[in-house]
Amino acid sequence: MEQVIANGLYLGAQYALIALGLTLIFALMNVLNFAHGQMYVLGGFVTYTIYGQLKLPFVVALVCSGVTLAVIGGLMEKFLFRPVVRRSKREESTMLLAAATAFFLDAVMLLLFGEKQRGVPKIISGVFVSDRLILPYDRILVGVLAILMIAAFMFFMQYSKPGRAMRALAQDRVAAQLMGVKVERYSMIGFALGAMLAGVVGGLLVSITGVNSGIGGPISIKAFLMVMIGGAGVVGGAIAGGFILGMMESVGLTVLREYGDITYLVIFALLMIFLSIRPHGLMGKPWG
Amino acid sequence: MGSEMTNRRSTLKSLALGAVSFLAIAAGGAVSAQAENKELKIGFVGVTSGPAAAWGTSNVRSMQTRADWLNETGGVKIGEHTYNISIVNFDDQKDPKRAIAGMEKMAQEGIHYVVGPNVDDGAAAVRPVAESKGIIYFPYAFPKALYAPPASNAVLGMIANYQSGPAIYKYLKENKGVKKVAFIAANESDPLSQRDSGVAAAKELGLEVVAEKDTYQNDTRDFTPVLTPIVQLKPDLLVLSGVAPANAPLLIRAARELGYEGLISAETAQDATVLQEGAGELANGFISVGGASTPEIRTPVMEEFIERYTKKFGEYNDESNTKVYALEYIIETLKANPKAIDNVDEFKKTMDTFSAPNPYAKDSTLKYVGATSFGQKRQLSVPMVVTEFKDGEFKTLFVGEVD
Repeated sequence: MEQVIANGLYLGAQYALIALGLTLIFALMNVLNFAHGQMYVLGGFVTYTIYGQLKLPFVVALVCSGVTLAVIGGLMEKFLFRPVVRRSKREESTMLLAAATAFFLDAVMLLLFGEKQRGVPKIISGVFVSDRLILPYDRILVGVLAILMIAAFMFFMQYSKPGRAMRALAQDRVAAQLMGVKVERYSMIGFALGAMLAGVVGGLLVSITGVNSGIGGPISIKAFLMVMIGGAGVVGGAIAGGFILGMMESVGLTVLREYGDITYLVIFALLMIFLSIRPHGLMGKPWG
Repeated sequence: MGSEMTNRRSTLKSLALGAVSFLAIAAGGAVSAQAENKELKIGFVGVTSGPAAAWGTSNVRSMQTRADWLNETGGVKIGEHTYNISIVNFDDQKDPKRAIAGMEKMAQEGIHYVVGPNVDDGAAAVRPVAESKGIIYFPYAFPKALYAPPASNAVLGMIANYQSGPAIYKYLKENKGVKKVAFIAANESDPLSQRDSGVAAAKELGLEVVAEKDTYQNDTRDFTPVLTPIVQLKPDLLVLSGVAPANAPLLIRAARELGYEGLISAETAQDATVLQEGAGELANGFISVGGASTPEIRTPVMEEFIERYTKKFGEYNDESNTKVYALEYIIETLKANPKAIDNVDEFKKTMDTFSAPNPYAKDSTLKYVGATSFGQKRQLSVPMVVTEFKDGEFKTLFVGEVD
């Protein structure tokens, strides 16, 4: 049972980190970023290239993944989403734009990095073994790093000036604007930050799970699932959603294994029931 | 000074005109040289995007590499005419509906020979179109109903798991002392059907099957939770039924990191680079049905094919050792019976007696097989090479053949 709990916590930490960027972008701009999974994959490929191919230190690769995606996210916000949000009166327009961006990134990555699964050397070798628990050291490190990053993100949002501005935007866009918050600037910063988180977690996890150009879509779906559980646009909700999903997967795959692959069937069924009772997820409205 | 400039301009103009004329003549010459050959279109309908892109991409790239090579050396002589081979590609995205649309497109383009689809449901879905429009297709899917009478238009392009599985388990039972086996498969039609036939074959050999219902979502990235309960059962052999090349290293790595020390095998072709990058030395000892032309048995033609493929696409894919065969069989069969170029009934007649030297593997012939499995010859004969992964390379364990 200890192994199952440890697996769940590890999965939860990485899931939470994946969901954070998505929920941030949704909170700030009301945009469902369907390309979030593709951004994760691109971050993975940047780390693969720099750490796996060019043999530079892993930390350098991770920083490059974050910076690359932050730049791409900022540019996407400025040149794609901002004009559409400004001109369109229909929310579906941004959704379609996000979906188109996802397909575009998928195609570009397939061309640039090929169809194969890519992996990088382990960042730390060795496995922690006790009577009841087996955990590779690299997973422990990634889990700890994920939790530290989540904490740093929360700290940044809570106490920094841009963090406060973004929270104000998420709470009430018009009121924030009237109070002097530069909406366009902080929307761009928020989108870049969300994309950066996707890139960093993609880079971080490439050392464990590798990366291939086709996994963006499934990653996005899982991220949406976590956001729906926690409550769209709520950072605490995304973290809770990530840990809940990780734990449900881990427990389900152990307890229900005799019945075939029904773990996700059960998870989706529970989600349907849960959403019919709490349509806004665990934490309801955007943060305050 | 002025006249110098005028002269320079005149010289430049003359050079430019000369270059344009040269290019025009060269282009005209190229066009007329190409125009001498007729065009033979061969189709591909399969998956070249998404998580399973590697399966179809290795097909298409093999076909394109071989077609370019043949065209470069003057084309293919079939009967009285010489043809340039043109590959028409359709990505079905692993969606049966799109596979049908792809096959319809091939029919509209007058194509009679199509490689693919790559998966069971796609291959089953295109059958009515292929049969009604006179198309012979070469799926990489295993349902016997596609190849056994009354079906007659599908030709299996590789070794099926129900053909390789029993041979692998028997070898491991006799040579490695395997007694307990666990199966795990992705929750999709192909891997599940491969798992079921693998379980049946293992039981028939008297092996104890300790896990036969464990599955995972194909988009799983972390297999530790899936494998934790299986590893605790301590099987001697863990079979990754129908595992996609992208998932194999992740499963192997997770199992080994959980302390699993037994053997791991798969009945699908894998890629050495992917295994090495994803699992490193943890993948040593992994047994799979390798590409049909491993270093020990490959000919100089295969070596050149690999070289051309790598030059064209930047990186080779070991799955192409098997995927290269389909186009070769189509061309060689058409050479044997030129009437089949637009008449698939002629093609079917030729299949029963067809035989040609295998350009890719030593001491081997191209011939259609499958009489034992399907009751008619509806399978390409490719060497069944069972390999063991060791330090970044596949080493041949044994080579078999399907009849």
